[in-house]
Amino acid sequence: MLTISETLYDQIVEHARKDHPDEACGVIAGPVGEGRPERFIPMLNAARSPTFYEFDSGDLLKLYREMDDRDEEPVVIYHSHTATEAYPSRTDISYANEPGAHYVLVSTADTDDAGPFQFRSFRIVDGEVTEEEVEVTD
Amino acid sequence: MAIEVRIPTILRTYTDGAKAVDGSGDTLAELFTDLDTRHAGIAARIVDDGKLRRFVNVYLNDEDVRFLDGIETKVTDGDNVTILPAVAGGMR
Repeated sequence: MLTISETLYDQIVEHARKDHPDEACGVIAGPVGEGRPERFIPMLNAARSPTFYEFDSGDLLKLYREMDDRDEEPVVIYHSHTATEAYPSRTDISYANEPGAHYVLVSTADTDDAGPFQFRSFRIVDGEVTEEEVEVTD
Repeated sequence: MAIEVRIPTILRTYTDGAKAVDGSGDTLAELFTDLDTRHAGIAARIVDDGKLRRFVNVYLNDEDVRFLDGIETKVTDGDNVTILPAVAGGMR
């Protein structure tokens, strides 16, 4: 289960809305080994694309250095789908390299009348996707 | 002196959990071959068909080696190499 504060939840949603129609992406870091998302770090989508996202390689290095220095790890890795459901695509699965992370997907497709906003969380380990519950706390 | 290579979480299964290992070589290609002699299998996760895998980032002293000479980038003792899988995906 992913337990996430309402503030962080809202920050992800806001970022996804702001970058629509491009995919938005980022990380929520937290103390190593505790599984608690704490620090919201929106990332630039270097692909600037409605169908693809990739962290800029320089930003990626800075991010991992900084987390290392602060004894943090990526607790949540999030991105948005802009025209499809919030479920990991084949590409998402093949590039998922953090087996310890919660992969959060949101869909901004609802702006095109495709139904209510989706915010879902998954574990992706060795190509295997498992959806988990999301608990939003105050 | 040797070249220090920082290993991402996903590849630490090859290094008995070590976050950094030492290696040697004159180029990145040689360095990864050298690492593979002690950490069998690791090179194939970084290199494919003689080239760096598209979604693996390698940095030499904080510079993305794609902006240097890629897998043929020269390295020397005392250098720092960092390997980080790209964080990427998409709707398809």
